[in-house]
Parts: sequence; structure tokens; C-alpha cells
Amino acid sequence: MNIDSIKNGIVIDHIAAGKGMQLYRLLKLDELDCSVAIIKNVASKKMGRKDIIKVDAAIEVDLDVIGFVDPEATVNVIRDSKLVEKKTIPTPRELVNVIRCKNPRCITSVEPGLNHVFKLTDEKNKVYRCLYCESKPN
Amino acid sequence: MRNVIDVLDLSVEEIEELIAVADDIMANPTKYQEVCKHKILATLFFEPSTRTRLSFESAMLSLGGEVLGFSEASSSSAAKGESIADTVSVVSGYADIIAMRHPKEGAPLVASAHSCVPIINAGDGGHYHPTQTLTDLLTIRHEIGRFDDLTIGFCGDLKFGRTVHSLIEAMSRYKGIKFVLISPPELKLPSFVKEEFIKNKGIEYVQTSSLEEVMGELDILYMTRVQKERFFNEEDYLRLKDSFVLTEDKMALARADMRVLHPLPRVNEIDTAVDNDPRASYFRQAHYGRYIRMALIMKLLEVSA
Repeated sequence: MNIDSIKNGIVIDHIAAGKGMQLYRLLKLDELDCSVAIIKNVASKKMGRKDIIKVDAAIEVDLDVIGFVDPEATVNVIRDSKLVEKKTIPTPRELVNVIRCKNPRCITSVEPGLNHVFKLTDEKNKVYRCLYCESKPN
Repeated sequence: MRNVIDVLDLSVEEIEELIAVADDIMANPTKYQEVCKHKILATLFFEPSTRTRLSFESAMLSLGGEVLGFSEASSSSAAKGESIADTVSVVSGYADIIAMRHPKEGAPLVASAHSCVPIINAGDGGHYHPTQTLTDLLTIRHEIGRFDDLTIGFCGDLKFGRTVHSLIEAMSRYKGIKFVLISPPELKLPSFVKEEFIKNKGIEYVQTSSLEEVMGELDILYMTRVQKERFFNEEDYLRLKDSFVLTEDKMALARADMRVLHPLPRVNEIDTAVDNDPRASYFRQAHYGRYIRMALIMKLLEVSA
């Protein structure tokens, strides 16, 4: 399968297989007008299988979102068809309005204008919990 | 300005201070009867309550202060759709301190972001109930005399039991604690308590669905009601409501120095015949609530006798 290489844009590589669509959705890449390619289950020597996202525009992506979905992913910035930067993916301490709390007993389900905030409560196991009700995202 | 949203907002040392003040209030009530004169407590209860609201009101009145508020959401602007942020922004201009109960988890935390006076969480859904925990700790100090080296059984609704969650949080800071978790599978302790305050802290625990098997090893049995108001499905409530009933027969399996605590109200999970057992501490426990809340109000208002 051939996907055109990009001249100016970003490549999110080494995404754990199966997480590409979640990342596409949370990064709101569906709202872009440029070409976006999601390549699923690509053979990888290091990972076995992986997903890749290519965006044919020089956009800024929210690295916190990538760090939440898959901190092992890599972000390469391409300019004039050359790799000019590899971005470091942080493990975000806090996620604001990235994911929504699904607990119907949580105050976020009724209070208007309230941000959906998740805090990193267990760094080792990468556990996030709602700031208000302490539920995990689901 | 301090808020108490979670019992962990208070250090172990601060809890000791509160207990010392509560003990002094019990010994010398007249010394404290005017320390909150001209201060107002607002009790914003978006969910019904008897003990907690009345003990807060009694506490403030006993300190010489005044009380205003509402006891159910239908008699407040919440019924008109007002947000917590707006309600608290307004009420914090009418009172010096606010005690708030709300059926939604995290509501007092939202309130604290919009208040210019201290907020006390008086229970938020199935999440936390820190002032019940302060009451429980004062009870344990009086009835057992120590917080270390205790085996504490929690029985009943451990999923939605906010008093259970807060007490486990508080006790996880002491040495030699073992938790015995007794519940039907559907009402097991939620992960935010079990993972954060038991497993991650390496505290010994046992999960069981048999109260009889563990009675003999407990220093404290903390009974809870299966709360109808936490279920979206009445069928589930009806199926689970009689899961555990403490009877005289089961009390016979317990040690002579064991104590039974219950945050109350009780429905049928403790047989009334158990009330006469000297190990049944729950009515004494309810009385302690007033004194520890007096101590807490004084601390947050920064007044002393």
C-alpha cells in the first residue's frame, strides 16, 4: 500500500496498534481540510504492529493528548520533505477537556460550563482520574 | 482560607488538634458558647439529611453562632436550574462558612472554587464524607483508645458508601492497619479507594462476602446501609438491600472488646436487639458528631476559646 510522503507536515509514528483512531479523534484531525492518512497495523520490527498518522499540513498537535493516549508514540516534523524536528512526548499531569467524565453521578454531568479535568494519580501505571469524582476514563 | 472537601485536607496532626478541642468542648461547654457569636453558618443541603445537617446546626448554635440554609434542593434555586457556581457565589456573601451536601460527586470542590468563605463537604454522592470520618475518629479514640494496630471490617455497601471511602482514606495514614472488606460483589469498594489508599500503600486487606467468617478477628465493625438513593435501578436495590444483617448471633462470634460503628441512618442492617449490646457504639458515635463539628467550624473560622 502506498501513501504519498508529505512535504510539510507531521508524522505521528510508533503508535500502539489500534490506538490510531482514538488519537485521530482526540486530536480532532477530522476537522482539518488537509490530507490526513491513518495507517493501521503496519508491520514494525520493534513493535510487531503499529499505527501511523500523517498530516499534510504544518499544524501544532496537542502533545498532552498524544502523551495520554500513547506516550511511546513519536512526532516527526517534516519541512521541505526533510525531518527537521522530533518532538518529545510528555506524560501530562492534567488533561483539560480532552476526555469527558462518563460517571452519571459526577458533578460534570450537570454543572454548566465546568471543564472536564483528569489528573494523573498513578504515574507508574499511568492512571488518570476525574478531578471531581475520581472515576477513571472509560 | 481553608476548605475541607476531603478528610486528607487535614493532616494527622490537625485531626489530633480537632479531637483535643472536641474533648475540651465536651468537658467545658460553657467556655465555647460564644466563640462564634455574630458568625453565620450556611447549610446548603441539596440532598436530605437528619444527623449531619442537625449536628452542623447544633454545633454552630452551641458556639453562639447563627444558622441559615435549606434542607433539600426543591426548596432552593437549584430547582430552577441554578448552577452550584452561582448559588455559592451568592451565598458566600451571606455567611461566614458553608456546609454543603450534594448528590453529585465533586460538587463541594466546584463550590470551593467559587466561594470566598470556607466550604465543608457534608457528603457528595457516593464519594466522600469527611466530617463523618472526623466523627468516626473521635468515636474510635473514645471507644478503643488508639488509631494504630487495628483490624477494621467494613460491611455492606462499600461501592457508594462515602463514609467508608473517607474512613479508609483517613485510617490508611496510621500504622498496623488491616482492612476487611465485606460486601456483595456488586457493592465492592471502588478502585479510587482500593487502588489509591490500600493497594498502592501496601496495606493488608481481605475481601469476603461472609461476615461470620471474619467477625472474630475485628477490632471495629463498620456497618453501612445499602442506600436506595444511589441506585438508578430499583430492582438492583431490592436484590441487594438485605445482603448483610448484624444479629445477636453474629455478635456472639465477635471479641468482647470489638466495637460496632454505623454512620446511621439504619434501616434493617443491624437488628435492634444488638442496640443493647455494650459493643454497639453507633448512638454514642452520632453524639460525638456535634463536638467534632464544633471543633472544625472553630478551626476553619480561626477562632478559639
